[in-house]
Amino acid sequence: MLQFAFLLYLVSLAGYLFYLVYQKEPVHRTSIYLITAGVLVHFAAVVVMGAALGGLPVHNLVQSLSMAALAFGGMFLFVQYKFHLKMLGLFAAIILSGTMLGVMVLPDTQVVPNEILKGFWFYCHILLVFTGDAALGLACGAGILYLLQEKGIKAKTPGFFFKRLPSLDFLDLVSHACIVTGFFLLTFGLITGFVYAKAIWGRFWSWDFKEVFSLGAWLVYAVLIHLRLYSGWRGRKSAIMTIVGFAIIIFTFLGVNMFLGGHHQEFTK
Amino acid sequence: MPHIILIGVNHKTAPVELREKLSFSKEETLAVLEELKQYPDIKEVLIFSTCNRTEILYVSDSDSSVDDITLFVSAHKNIAVSEFASALYVLHRDEAVRHIFRVASSLDSMMVGEPQILGQVKQAYRTAVEAGASGVLLNRMMHKAFSIAKQVRKETGIGDNAVSISYAAVELANKIFSDLSAKSVLLLGAGEMAELAVEHLMSHNVKQVLVANRTFENAVTLAEKFRGQALGFEERESALTEVDIIISSTGATQYVIAADQVKKAMKKRQYRTLFFIDIAVPRDIDPKINTLSNAYVYDIDDLKTIVASNIQQREHETVKAERFVAQAVVKFRKWLDSLAIVPTIKAINDKMTAIVEMECDKTLAHLDHLSEQDRAAIRRMTRAIASRAIHDPILFLRNTGTHRDDSLYLNVTRQLFNLDISDEQ
Repeated sequence: MLQFAFLLYLVSLAGYLFYLVYQKEPVHRTSIYLITAGVLVHFAAVVVMGAALGGLPVHNLVQSLSMAALAFGGMFLFVQYKFHLKMLGLFAAIILSGTMLGVMVLPDTQVVPNEILKGFWFYCHILLVFTGDAALGLACGAGILYLLQEKGIKAKTPGFFFKRLPSLDFLDLVSHACIVTGFFLLTFGLITGFVYAKAIWGRFWSWDFKEVFSLGAWLVYAVLIHLRLYSGWRGRKSAIMTIVGFAIIIFTFLGVNMFLGGHHQEFTK
Repeated sequence: MPHIILIGVNHKTAPVELREKLSFSKEETLAVLEELKQYPDIKEVLIFSTCNRTEILYVSDSDSSVDDITLFVSAHKNIAVSEFASALYVLHRDEAVRHIFRVASSLDSMMVGEPQILGQVKQAYRTAVEAGASGVLLNRMMHKAFSIAKQVRKETGIGDNAVSISYAAVELANKIFSDLSAKSVLLLGAGEMAELAVEHLMSHNVKQVLVANRTFENAVTLAEKFRGQALGFEERESALTEVDIIISSTGATQYVIAADQVKKAMKKRQYRTLFFIDIAVPRDIDPKINTLSNAYVYDIDDLKTIVASNIQQREHETVKAERFVAQAVVKFRKWLDSLAIVPTIKAINDKMTAIVEMECDKTLAHLDHLSEQDRAAIRRMTRAIASRAIHDPILFLRNTGTHRDDSLYLNVTRQLFNLDISDEQ
């Protein structure tokens, strides 16, 4: 089932690439349908896995990646429905296909149901953090689109992307909306994480690397939102920050476990 | 046989000073058409005059009419023939038809693909109709020109990109701001191109137009025109915090807006985007402003570059458009050929013979008792009736009088006998 979802993502990626070049609206619509079908199949697959495990399937790296992709896909559909930013689909299809490629090729280690990975606070923590990260990823996507469009306009050479992308204002708006949504979700994701940590390890904060980097990412976005409100950090600066922020998030998600270790380790073996 | 001739000058053959001298206003056109109608050699005539071209399109069967027209224009415009003879082009028959099709399709425009030309061609045709100067050939040709122009616009990408400075500016504004109806415009100075850009923006319902000018009265006049608000020229700096698009076209020799001013204004406006369109030469807006974040400055050269690259893209599409035109010219030629006398008479004869044969067959099929000789006699008689019936009309068509417009009668004949089945209007 996961393979089928991966296939749907890949075909939709091909559709988006075709649309990028030839700008045929039916192709764009088909690509959205494909990505939607992919997310639904993916969701079903995760439900089946979860049922077998008796909890959220985030026991190893493959499962976590798959879950992250699903959250990203769902969040993308929501943003797409809300803003109809066509070229964001290309970004989403790339991320989804890439993440799912990882799910396909990485070794799926043996998992045993783990009592630690259960409970209300844990589920809240996972869902909030994953959807929050997804929204921040989409903010980064919109930010990249902004930078592409802005580069052409600033350099006075409106080229390939000029016609294909909407206005700077709109791209900035979408990016900002994603940042606020993601920040909101991430905030509660961290809080529930603290509560969960207190329940399991008896303390809210344990200087775990993942905790530190998560807080770092959270601070980046907090500062960004603050600067936008009070110092007019919009447009280009904000777009660059979304990319920096998302890079930290990706590192927090993958890099910390690979290079640094810590008590989040076991989820992503 | 009368044919279509076109005499003209355009932006490729004549400088603007000459084109100005040779241009015709609408009233002038009407008067001139009345006069030209009186020439015995000229059967139909149409004058097409815009800022880029003046063309006289007419139907005549004598080639000396070209000199008549040239002399007429020289006398009417009070300009020696030698002054404009070298800029003139004279096109006959298919070449003239192709030319007018290309003009209407905007393939011959200074800005290939610009949409206004079709309206101007239509207006010229309407004026000719009003003056009673247009006849069968020109009517048909102009209608063909309109439909080919529509086809070109619809089926090629020739009109896709902004190819005028003011329109390119508006297109940029649309890619910078998502909703122009929430944005305000400041016009500094005055000038045709700048005002055109403001008008384009107004058609996108911008929230407000402010006008500042060194001469306050001018600002007031312009503000009235744009239903906006006049500002003193010194207020321009403080206005930077309120407006979003600044169009500048003053005669100042130094920058009217400096980078420092924008820097300060940017802080006050929380770095909301500012878009400067600098149409002035020398420039009004310090180009350094473009390096500030969320500020964009386009001067006239930048806009010209964009327009030039858009035009290049357009040229790819013109190949397709030229093919449509070529097809239409061939079609029109076929129709023209059918207008000749001999094919028309033949067509009438054929039609009559077909009718007679058909009716005879029908009737004779029920008259079995008749002998073969009787049948032949009846057939002869019906044929004789038919040829008698069309004898006078054919004689009339054959008798080509010098003061008669053959094409008119041929056209009527073809319509009366419904001979143009194959050619749609």
